[in-house]
Amino acid sequence: MCTLEKRGNIYLLTLTGSGEHRFNPSLLSSLRAALSSLLCSSHAPNSALITCAEGKFFSNGFDQSWVRSAPPSQHRIISDLLRGLISDYLSLPMPTVCAVTDHAAAAGCALVLAHDYVVMREDRGFFYMSELDVGLKFVKYFEVFFNEKIPDNQTRRDVLLRSARVTAREAMARGIVDRAAQGIEGTIEEALRLAEEVAATVSDGSKLAEKRKLMFSETWRHVSAAGGSKL
Amino acid sequence: MCTLEKRGRVLILTLTGSGEHRLGPGLISSLRSALATARSDPTVAALVTAGEGRFFSNGLDLAWAKNSSEGISTLVRLVKPLIADLISLPMPTVAAVTGHAAAAGMMLAVAHDYVYMRGDRGVLYMSELDIGLPFPDYFMDLMQAKITDPRTLRDVTLRAKKITGTEAKERGIVDKVCQSASETVAEAIKMAEELAGRNWDKGVYASIRLSVYPKLCKSLEIPQESDEAVRKHFASRL
Repeated sequence: MCTLEKRGNIYLLTLTGSGEHRFNPSLLSSLRAALSSLLCSSHAPNSALITCAEGKFFSNGFDQSWVRSAPPSQHRIISDLLRGLISDYLSLPMPTVCAVTDHAAAAGCALVLAHDYVVMREDRGFFYMSELDVGLKFVKYFEVFFNEKIPDNQTRRDVLLRSARVTAREAMARGIVDRAAQGIEGTIEEALRLAEEVAATVSDGSKLAEKRKLMFSETWRHVSAAGGSKL
Repeated sequence: MCTLEKRGRVLILTLTGSGEHRLGPGLISSLRSALATARSDPTVAALVTAGEGRFFSNGLDLAWAKNSSEGISTLVRLVKPLIADLISLPMPTVAAVTGHAAAAGMMLAVAHDYVYMRGDRGVLYMSELDIGLPFPDYFMDLMQAKITDPRTLRDVTLRAKKITGTEAKERGIVDKVCQSASETVAEAIKMAEELAGRNWDKGVYASIRLSVYPKLCKSLEIPQESDEAVRKHFASRL
């Protein structure tokens, strides 16, 4: 589902396999487990985390087939796990960079924006909040998160209220993405460069995490409450 | 006061006549009626609002307020649900700003999801500072929701700057600038048709708009669904 490796002082969290990396309890729990090892342990200063994916998708959002097969009382498990995952990223005591190696849709976009920095592939892939197109509404924490992460009116309107398929170049122009690169490898390499640059400036990760939670205080208030469910 | 015309799935609401289309009780009521029609017609999937003549709307009917015992505060009170109607309308809305839009008239324009404006003449203008009137709270909430560049918001509210369509496009208030009133209307209708063609669920559209503007919807007293209701809706769609 995912692997966590270390390259020098940079941690690389990879969504593995050639599928859509859709969020079901297994994948979300694996991601949370990987991050918990970084949340709990003390590690060298000047570290950073990159999240990337193998294959033709970064992540296509929630696993609808899992949801259809689960009893209604269980549906909120994946929403709560995603909420917990966002709280993990907000709490991470090191800078975080998302390498959007291909399509990111719906909840997959939330994973992208949970990072401090975003490098996105420009030769393929869209950033696409598909909820309006597929007919899904937002729960509160999700709404608060997107309002804090995309404060520009026209951008937030186009992303959420027009279900726009945004390319890396457009995303950069609109302030959602920091850098663009070619190909999966190129995107990861650029993410590594950016991660090294930022890691060099952050020696006290716990202070960084405090400031990040303060910067996104409304989101933190909504995702930290009840702690989400850990499976 | 205003007319409604249906073109395919787009409803075109026009503020009629060569006057200033000032918002007094009569026009406010007509507009709310028109929006109720849009809301209740299942064949309508998008709204365009346009004006005839030199003005889109020059704001509250201050002359009415002067001659009435109730005054400006009544008009302020009456415009609030009109703005709420637009923010809660379950379909995409496009303003075709065909002339000057000032004060409450500018609020009417920016309360739409998309704002198209002519660039050859006409300005957006929050005149309140110049004429010594306060902003109602919900005006500021609407401006903070729709004008998210801080210097633009400052220039609009604290400098009473008159902003042309071209400048408004550069500064993120307007989505598209056109060469004339008729082109503005035509392009707005085209956009509305494109948006209608996406075949979005109306209830979902309305819900997501509130999620895009949660502070504004609280200010306008538009209720938002609970997470429980959202989850029930999700389950019902599987």
